[in-house]
Amino acid sequence: MDFDILIQILGATLRVATPILLACLAGLYSERSGIIDIGLDGKMLIAAFASAATAAVVGNVWVALGVAVLASSALALIQGLAAITLRGNQLISGAAINMLALGTAYLLSQTMFGTGGQTPGLGPDQRFMGIELPFHDALGGFYQQVVSGQSVIVYFALATVPLTWWVLYRTRFGLRLRAVGEAPNAVDSAGISVARLRYSAVLIAGALCGVAGAYLATAQAAAYTDGMTANRGFIALAALIFAKWRPYPALGACLLFGFVEAVGYQVQGNLNVDSRVLATLVDFLESSLPYILTVVILAGFVGKATPPAAGGVPYVKER
Amino acid sequence: MSQLPKWADSFLVPLLSVLLALVVSGLVVLAIGENPLTAVRVMITGAFGSTYNLGFTLFYFTNFVFTGLAVAVAFHAAQFNIGGEGQATFAGIGAALIGLSLGETHWLLVLPLGILVAFLFGAAWAAVPAYLQVRRGSHIVITTIMFNYIAAGLLVALLGNFLKPAGSAAPQSRTFDEGAHLPRLDEVLGWIGIEAQRMEGNIMFFFALAACAVVWLLLWRTHLGFEIRAYGHNEKAADYAGISGFRIVMLVMLLSGGLAGLMATNTVLGQQHSLVLGFVEGAGFTGIAVALMGRSHPFGVALAALLFGALYQGGAELAFEMPAIPSKMIVIIQALIILFVGAMENIVRIPLARIFMFVQQSRKA
Repeated sequence: MDFDILIQILGATLRVATPILLACLAGLYSERSGIIDIGLDGKMLIAAFASAATAAVVGNVWVALGVAVLASSALALIQGLAAITLRGNQLISGAAINMLALGTAYLLSQTMFGTGGQTPGLGPDQRFMGIELPFHDALGGFYQQVVSGQSVIVYFALATVPLTWWVLYRTRFGLRLRAVGEAPNAVDSAGISVARLRYSAVLIAGALCGVAGAYLATAQAAAYTDGMTANRGFIALAALIFAKWRPYPALGACLLFGFVEAVGYQVQGNLNVDSRVLATLVDFLESSLPYILTVVILAGFVGKATPPAAGGVPYVKER
Repeated sequence: MSQLPKWADSFLVPLLSVLLALVVSGLVVLAIGENPLTAVRVMITGAFGSTYNLGFTLFYFTNFVFTGLAVAVAFHAAQFNIGGEGQATFAGIGAALIGLSLGETHWLLVLPLGILVAFLFGAAWAAVPAYLQVRRGSHIVITTIMFNYIAAGLLVALLGNFLKPAGSAAPQSRTFDEGAHLPRLDEVLGWIGIEAQRMEGNIMFFFALAACAVVWLLLWRTHLGFEIRAYGHNEKAADYAGISGFRIVMLVMLLSGGLAGLMATNTVLGQQHSLVLGFVEGAGFTGIAVALMGRSHPFGVALAALLFGALYQGGAELAFEMPAIPSKMIVIIQALIILFVGAMENIVRIPLARIFMFVQQSRKA
């Protein structure tokens, strides 16, 4: 019986970790290029809205995914414009992007559906449903609950980890990307455009956030609800720092956050407390544990994290 | 980069950036099929059209002065305190403790204690991220954001299990007794013999103005203020001059969190007379826009807070008069102002610098 619960929790861990993982890898591309991205949450949010709205209107979930990626990339482009071309403060533009996404999603849902901050519920054919791999029923247990039966985006997110590793450490683009985050002047003097590299990184981040947002609204849930990203973008940033800006540790960090949240779901409702003090504590931890964990991780109690050297600094060509 | 005269840099650039943000907001209104000029007219009447409406504008103004000063003070030491929301939330718990326990006394007692306790609670909530930043090197932006959510979770848990009256469904505490209600602006006006319609702002309005003066004096007329600004300009030079970074960051963040906390005194003790879930309503984030627009100068902060007070009150009227424009439109306007003033200034500055250079050269010729 207890073993069943554990398997359930592991399956939930994977589902909860998927959007965090995608956002975390998005942040990895952006930050490795020297652009600090606190706008991950906003890009996911606008993508979640765009996918749910498109799926409701058009009915095709793949089109919805495409529109989500476009919407998120549009915000990424604004961020890139502010950070790269206009050499503005990256923290401020990121914070603005988060607010802009929240307001725009609300306004559009009001204009399109007359339901402030919501989109109509989606049917099974308008969503990404679980895929049953071969031997789904025959093998049962762990295979049935965790490995098989996840949506296509979960498998995509998992595949993105080795892909990112390969791009980062085995391709010319990856080498240049890492270089531009550490020493942009060196990249520039080699005759490679700093701006072009950084724009590519920011757009890759936009696309990945787009997939993450689409997952939230069309796979995990069946509609957009106001502020539905629930700060996963910031959790992803914390995971990125925890992972020291490396792909495989990022997977581990995101699974850890996913596990904490999944355990929270399991505890929710299964706990009966008589004491009011204890009930307050349980309620508090249920909602705040991921954030407290983030603070603890950021406080460096798990080892020192050194960010890319040029992170957050606009690049000015020497004259 | 080409140079701009100081007045252009501190007035013209933010002014034009805000105008640009408002023009883009107008285009958004146009895009959803409404007339932006009508919207502006409705908003101005909604914000200033009557004594009653003005009272609400001044109430929001007071909130935004406090949260704006909070961000501005931190900016001077090169710290980005994005956690005003959480600091105000936590301070609200402190203010509510005063309101709930001292309701049968008098506002003359509640006012100083309400200010003190809210300030201390706000400062305490900022102290942890500040300490972690200077001693453990964790990024203050992310930590303060996390503390926003932790404060929100704490408020939900406390309201649900302790503060909510038995049998009530609404997530709010009981209403404080009369003695803990701060005097409204019309009551204050009554003391000096001016009869006025009900005005929702309260006595904290005057403390907001005073806070602007105090912050100005602190930053530009005291030794500590010099140290803060020196640290903000160049951490290494300040360190070399014997200024302790630990001391500066801690002091500035305590002050910043405390100022954000006073927003709770204004709202919880001055207006709602009850601790309500989500009572901060984004005022902490508005403080960022206010501080950026006001160039982190107390005078600028006051002006920007007035603009945002009018936008909030006018925006609420707008949602009422033109239902196609939801009150959340204000979030978009705010985001655009933050974006244009805080991160995309060069859109305005670069062309402006060219114009100034052109004028200078033609004068010489």
